[in-house]
Amino acid sequence: MATLEIRRRSRRTVPLVLGASLVLLALLMLPVPALAADPSGAETLLENPDAPLDYVWIIIAAALVFIMQGGFAMLTAGLCRAKNVVNLMMKNLMDFAIGSLAFFAVGYALMFGSSKAGLFGTTGWFLAGDQYDVGHYLLFLFQVMFAATAATIVAGAVAERLKVKAYFLYSIAICAVIYPVYGHWVWGGGWLSSLPFGVGHVDFAGSGVVHAVGGFMGLAGALVLGPRIGKFDRHGKAHAIPGHSMTFAALGVFILWFGWYGFNAGSTLSALELRSAVIAVNTTLAASAGAVSSLIVIHRITKKLDVGMALNGAIAGLVGITAPCAWVEAWAAVVIGAVAGAIVVLGVLLLDRVRVDDPVGAVSVHGLNGIWGLLAVGLFADGTYGLYTTEGPMVVGLFYGGGAGQLIAQAIGAVVAASWALVLGLVLFKLLDLALGGIRVPPQEEIEGLDIGEHGGKAYPNFTVVDELPYRES
Amino acid sequence: MKKIEAIVRPERVSTIKEALEKLGYPGMTLTEVKGHGKQKGLVQQWRGSQYRIEFLPKVKIELVVESAESVGPVVNAIAANARTGEAGDGKIFVSEIEEVIRIRTGEHGVSAV
Repeated sequence: MATLEIRRRSRRTVPLVLGASLVLLALLMLPVPALAADPSGAETLLENPDAPLDYVWIIIAAALVFIMQGGFAMLTAGLCRAKNVVNLMMKNLMDFAIGSLAFFAVGYALMFGSSKAGLFGTTGWFLAGDQYDVGHYLLFLFQVMFAATAATIVAGAVAERLKVKAYFLYSIAICAVIYPVYGHWVWGGGWLSSLPFGVGHVDFAGSGVVHAVGGFMGLAGALVLGPRIGKFDRHGKAHAIPGHSMTFAALGVFILWFGWYGFNAGSTLSALELRSAVIAVNTTLAASAGAVSSLIVIHRITKKLDVGMALNGAIAGLVGITAPCAWVEAWAAVVIGAVAGAIVVLGVLLLDRVRVDDPVGAVSVHGLNGIWGLLAVGLFADGTYGLYTTEGPMVVGLFYGGGAGQLIAQAIGAVVAASWALVLGLVLFKLLDLALGGIRVPPQEEIEGLDIGEHGGKAYPNFTVVDELPYRES
Repeated sequence: MKKIEAIVRPERVSTIKEALEKLGYPGMTLTEVKGHGKQKGLVQQWRGSQYRIEFLPKVKIELVVESAESVGPVVNAIAANARTGEAGDGKIFVSEIEEVIRIRTGEHGVSAV
């Protein structure tokens, strides 16, 4: 009886403490009258006649990044079993809903507020005070989409066995703290961007900030959770657990690719930076090269033309080009994409070999290729574009006579990103595991499908679901 | 009255049905089933990992005929149209039926078949 009491109390404690802290924070940061801020936009327009172009572009780009949530939803649904689809849709919807609110309250300020020793931001909580300004709101809009993208990457790695409540709490943690603090170090004027190597660590649209962080947190989740029932047999051999719809998976990849034009080209943060044309072309070619490369590699290994791998390859190419997209020439984008495509296939097979169950390949696609994207900047940057502007200093990599400086800065950031995400991820999921009495659903629920256990209903109650492999223990 | 149950390849069903209709037996019940006798399963692949499908999809055709004499032609029609010569062609079972009732009219016995 005593242990039951303790478990019930600790299960309520975590959300209570989190809720209380947010309320306290809100009270402490009561809005003060705006001084130099421009909430109506009138002053900003007077000062900057080009503002309308920028605002239109950024808002459209933000919407493009937002639709990537739909892309992830379709991709994870397609690669997982029908009995878990409600759960996947719930996680996908709520990591945006909860994550964006957490980012609004706390995360954005930590990421972009006035820097405390290059470690984290300290102003701008709840977008209040002199944050109530059209320019700040515009930046927030764009950035919140990126935070949500990082959050949703993890859903794939922890799919089909994570308690949904644990996922809600994780969404708060990643968007309130884990993602923004690292993001501050790279995009918020923090210490990684000021490294004395090359022009400091750079990451144009977030191979590291978004994808590596998401991918390695996904790895942490997969490690703490353990593999799905039936994924590995007694001897450690990996079994295929086929997803329920390659149609959804493919649709998801097309939507993601479409949204990526906003993700990469929008990161110019200005319609006047015509480099966006180069960025968009690089994005396209890297995705294509990734798909072709993955297909070739998987065919060499298994003699089959596997569409799931080709789809992952396209995304891998996109992840890989996300950091270098503004700084490389088209041929380099093809190479970067092709390498990414190979990395994802080998990554998926490797994870199977070391008995880590990653249902959709999130760790290989986003984690490994996030790192590759960061390093690629240090190799292929050709010195024709600067730091989000046409003026110097330009970003130059090893292959263009820039020396190893930029590559070193990239490597440091890559190691930091992976370690930060993996370590904090392990701590977070382990804490949740203890606080919630286990973050994994009970075995019977996992076998029946999370839709029934967690959500009280199936995704397809009146649509025939035929399981080709119903007689195996999974 | 005899019941004829035939487990056949799904792709042979329309040919079998036409043959039975020509013989004067348009009525039947179909069930989608899985099974295997000696036929081996199928090995497929998903994202680099293989998996084996043990039980293969088949179709079970059931119909009831009036007398033992009718069994022969029906069984031959089914078998001739179901046969491909490969393992997995299926089986036909014949059993005795005690009673048949037509729900709409309440008739029973041979006139209800």
